[in-house]
Amino acid sequence: MSTTPTSTATETGTSRRNFLKAAGLTGAAFALGFSSADSFASPVLNLSGQPGMGLPESVELNPYILIDKSGRITLMNPRPEIGQGTYQSIPALIAEELEVSLDKVTIRQTGGETKYGGMWSQAVGGSGSVRGGYMQMRKVGASAREMLRQAASQQWAVPIEECMAENATIVHKPSGKKLTYGQLAEVAAKLPVPKEPALKDPKQFSMLGKPMPRPDVPLKVTGQATFGIDAKVPGMVYASIERCPVLGSKLVSFDASKSLKVKGVQKAVKIERVVGKNRYEGVAIIADNYWAALQGRKALSVTWDHNQFDTFNSASFENKLRDLAKTDGVQGHNTGDFEKSFADAPNKVEAFYETPMVSHSTMEPMNALAHYKPDGKVELWVSSQGGDLVRGDVAKVLNVKPDDITVHILFNGGGFGRRITQDFATEAATLSKTIGKPVKVIWTREDDTQLGPFRPMTFSAMRGALSADGKAVALQHKVISPSIDATMNETYDKTKADDTMLEGTGDQKYEIPNLNTRYVHADIHVPLTYWRSVTSSTLAFSHECFIDEMAQKAGQDPLAFRMSMLTKDSDSKRVLTKLKEVSGWDNPLPAGKGRGIAQWEFFAGLSAQVVEVSKNKTGGITVDKVYCVIDLGTVVNPDTVKAQIEGSIAMALTAATKDGITFENGQAVQKNFDANRMLRINEMPTVEVHILAEGGPTIKGVGEPGLPPFAPALANAVFAATGKRIRKLPFDLEKV
Amino acid sequence: MALVKLTINNQPHTIDVDPEMPLLWAIRDVVGLTGTKFGCGIAQCGACTVHLDGAPIRSCSYPASAAAGHKITTIEGLSKNADHPVQKAWIEHQVPQCGYCQSGQIMSAVALLKQNPKPSEEDIDTAMQGNICRCGTYERIRKAIHSASTEMASAPKMPKSTPKIGKR
Ligand code: FES
Ligand code: FES
Repeated sequence: MSTTPTSTATETGTSRRNFLKAAGLTGAAFALGFSSADSFASPVLNLSGQPGMGLPESVELNPYILIDKSGRITLMNPRPEIGQGTYQSIPALIAEELEVSLDKVTIRQTGGETKYGGMWSQAVGGSGSVRGGYMQMRKVGASAREMLRQAASQQWAVPIEECMAENATIVHKPSGKKLTYGQLAEVAAKLPVPKEPALKDPKQFSMLGKPMPRPDVPLKVTGQATFGIDAKVPGMVYASIERCPVLGSKLVSFDASKSLKVKGVQKAVKIERVVGKNRYEGVAIIADNYWAALQGRKALSVTWDHNQFDTFNSASFENKLRDLAKTDGVQGHNTGDFEKSFADAPNKVEAFYETPMVSHSTMEPMNALAHYKPDGKVELWVSSQGGDLVRGDVAKVLNVKPDDITVHILFNGGGFGRRITQDFATEAATLSKTIGKPVKVIWTREDDTQLGPFRPMTFSAMRGALSADGKAVALQHKVISPSIDATMNETYDKTKADDTMLEGTGDQKYEIPNLNTRYVHADIHVPLTYWRSVTSSTLAFSHECFIDEMAQKAGQDPLAFRMSMLTKDSDSKRVLTKLKEVSGWDNPLPAGKGRGIAQWEFFAGLSAQVVEVSKNKTGGITVDKVYCVIDLGTVVNPDTVKAQIEGSIAMALTAATKDGITFENGQAVQKNFDANRMLRINEMPTVEVHILAEGGPTIKGVGEPGLPPFAPALANAVFAATGKRIRKLPFDLEKV
Repeated sequence: MALVKLTINNQPHTIDVDPEMPLLWAIRDVVGLTGTKFGCGIAQCGACTVHLDGAPIRSCSYPASAAAGHKITTIEGLSKNADHPVQKAWIEHQVPQCGYCQSGQIMSAVALLKQNPKPSEEDIDTAMQGNICRCGTYERIRKAIHSASTEMASAPKMPKSTPKIGKR
């Protein structure tokens, strides 16, 4: 891995300083604006590990666009690449308006610098990168393009209308004269930033809306892409940390004498892991190479005080949740009068649904390389979902000023929400401070699987009522679960309904006159966090399976029943209408096959799926095919969208039918991929994706919406094929 | 510690390591080639797949000392310009998402095609089952293997010697 030399951008007056403001980037996400002081104070990391890619003499047209005299263009991507395609989609938004082709630019990742905005301006989560940046990043490109046109028109003393931008060049149309962006950059950078630069008509787009190749793909098929785990700096050492798998245990003492005899082991030091409000003690083995660190760790003897946490197990916690289901909890959403209409209704349905805790299991285990330097400055190289998040957490835990922290965000070998928590980064930084050397901490797969934070399980008590003519008149969704917020923050308020844990339950477009959602909180000491599509990943299962149960009670086809509750125009209605058509819903399936449907709308977006399954001759079920319709409004890269749906379905199928995380004697039973099994190639169904994107101002998320409808559509398909209701996840496809 | 002589991508390396050190860590930490990845350490995920004399092995569970005297190929040694037919097919189908598993996937696919130039869906499922992709790129992997297979079959083979051109 190489870092690149620093270029100090020349100060060009207030025009650029006000850039973010002028470009309308002063919303909440961009509140801090741009400080010239730290402009390129940090070297920019080269994600492809190629040497000699510095930025000498670059002119900064705005914080996202750098152009050097030879015409080389660098675009800064604020959104870490975790597999979701932001390394292409975000620069493409800038490049489209700037009129440069993406294969002619260098893409660099920002590292949480304040000039790009406040917290979450450089993080990925909530399927928010493209939909959040769609207008902002285009304005970034458009305003730079306008400055370059202006510069050319001044140079040639011709009207700006005659100066057109194309292919990184301004062309004077009447005379055919040309100046490259490289020739114009210095002058352009001194011009005022246009307040409302004209944006291209989407009809003129050359990249946006079309399936475009991703520039990271060639790097990833040659082993050249640099992930956090690949980072190297001179003099660095490796660390593996022994932490108690019984979460909550305290370190009493340790004896590292045997560890220190392992060749290559340098030291053993106490270290604290910080996860939100939680602190976990551990012992780090520092060594010349990672293998030696692992051997040293094996030789370590540690005494833990489990403090009764070793009595915790999933079976009794689940019983506790079932007991708690009898309590009322706190009200979330309410329309009409559920209790009255339920009591009065002629037909009632009740059901209880259960889902498991699961791990994120990114393919790249958690890791970070940190160097706490003698002058108190900290530099980190890390796979993380946000450079700003790393800065914020390292600043807090080590009590360092954010501006003294330089972060290099590398390619993430998966995120799925796990890399929103920066415990691995603060561990590395703390260790480096303790030992005075750059140190790379790498978690083992066992650490990664057992230590969390995990996706919470949710249990759901569902009640529904139908009128005599089979119309849904009342629905109650009561969620009983531990809470992400409660396990992370001291300030959790148990008297309020937890919106995250009720996610989406009050937001479906079904016209049910009496709708009530409730939340019953269950305390847990295990750290919990966001997992791709957050609580929708479990609540869609209970909600949409229950809608099927109501349809059955009403004696109606599951899709027709849903459509009967969608009389008004809505995106959900359009999505289901399209899905009906593309999935051939009305064509009968041969005996032994079944199909199920589900849809889900939540903060990240909306999709609906039909899953087709068949009964195996030897018993069990095979998932044959999945049809997905995703509603986007506007699409940036349809091929990336397709990939995200395929990935979401693989992940949802794993969570629905594999192992999940269960606890016995205070620790996760599953340690590695042998017991915490992941979907493999032979189990992957065919996926057919349809994107609804008719253009216009609406733009919805991509990374998560493909996940929630899958499990309920699958369970509903299993019912259609076998008559068996699946109300508890995970379930074994072989044993249905 | 012991001196271990490895030949990686046709380059000789003499390294001084614990003979039990898995080949994975010798390749990554000692030799410094980081294209080969660590995923599980117990031969369950395939992220660490390299070739030993052309056959795929899980380098996380293979002692470096046992690889001495054999020809080791890593992702970096597959081609100079990302132009191995499997790499080209991976680009054509835009297979990688996060990309972390893909070195291992590609090494497994190359080994499969070498041994079975026209694999069926079932052959692919069997040969590639040891490689987990958490991002779920499996459908594209299947398509890319079929493309590479077609491309390799149609690519003109270099004749061993100049054929004689004469009258029949
Ligand atoms: S790291 Fe070797 S198989 Fe997983
Ligand atoms: S591409 Fe991410 S694990 Fe395979």
